[in-house]
Amino acid sequence: MNTRNTKVMNRFDVTSRLITKLKHEEAVIGGIGNTNFDLWAAGHRPQNFYMLGSMGLAFPIALGVALAQPDRRVFALEGDGSLLMQLGALATIAALKPKNLTMIVMDNGIYQITGAQPTPAAGVADIVAIAIGSGLASSAWAADEEDFERLVDDAMAASEPSLIAVRIDDKPGVGTTRRDPVQIRERFMHGLGVREPL
Amino acid sequence: MAIAEQQTQESRDGSWHGIVLQILKRNEISLIPYVPDRVLTPLIKNLHADPFFTTFATAREEEAVGIVAGAWMGGRRGAVLMQTSGFATLANVLASLAVPYQIPLIMFVSERGTLGEFNYGQSLVCRTMRPVLDSLALEHHTITRLDELEFITDRSIKQAVTTQAPVALILNPLLTGGKVFDK
Repeated sequence: MNTRNTKVMNRFDVTSRLITKLKHEEAVIGGIGNTNFDLWAAGHRPQNFYMLGSMGLAFPIALGVALAQPDRRVFALEGDGSLLMQLGALATIAALKPKNLTMIVMDNGIYQITGAQPTPAAGVADIVAIAIGSGLASSAWAADEEDFERLVDDAMAASEPSLIAVRIDDKPGVGTTRRDPVQIRERFMHGLGVREPL
Repeated sequence: MAIAEQQTQESRDGSWHGIVLQILKRNEISLIPYVPDRVLTPLIKNLHADPFFTTFATAREEEAVGIVAGAWMGGRRGAVLMQTSGFATLANVLASLAVPYQIPLIMFVSERGTLGEFNYGQSLVCRTMRPVLDSLALEHHTITRLDELEFITDRSIKQAVTTQAPVALILNPLLTGGKVFDK
């Protein structure tokens, strides 16, 4: 694994850095568990969507949003264990080449939320190499927080899908998302301008 | 014959796939991710040929469900095409995404496993489909007759959208001809 030069960062800190950069009502899809807990903890926005199951589908859901609203930037936050469940989605996204989609992978090599068991990929597979091999040429490890922010800036100016992988520590998520799926979906649709509140 | 011309011809001829394509278009369903099936091939081919639709293969059926769920929330309608065995992979995404978030997920399932099935595994997995749909109280219809296809499909799509609930439209071999051993 070519991760020797990457700093171990923190999911909540990195997520907060991303949210601070969003000035144009960008959509953000949080994957199952800690990725959406930290998205919630970073401060709710109407353009945030929180997954409460369907492990591995943060990128496919984000792809759907990106295809529906090509003029809006769409971000997706996914854990390494979740991504392993749906690696084929990387090739689907590479084939469709949405110009407005940025994928962020939080890689700690463990299923933190279930008891920190190592993933089958831990120590042997390289997420960025897998993404590049799947056809996502614009994929990179973030070396540190500053590099992460630079990669986000690049992704926001890019005209092809981007993937940013971040090595993170084993800390749990900071907050707990309110588990109200209908309200989450409805407010997200308001945030995307698809619907008006009653 | 040009593909577009052929497509119009098929729709006029009243083939099942021509009718389905026209109903999708009429209901502004333009995003069609699928995992292919032999029986669905003419529909898939004609969807690819029609620029109204964004039609593409996904690696897994649940991936396609995620994509159309995201698209729906972004204001674009989609439908997923799959085979019986593919439906069998969907219980978790139905129970954790489509149903609780009230997403009008529209599924077309080409039915294998019955009326001349030659693969034992297909006939077994087919038996799990309706119990899964029923266990989640999901609307589903098995379409066997060409003269009922338009009514069932068009009405079911409109019901799914207005009630914000998934629907499975099961395309039976009596409608499509199915797949037989020598193919």
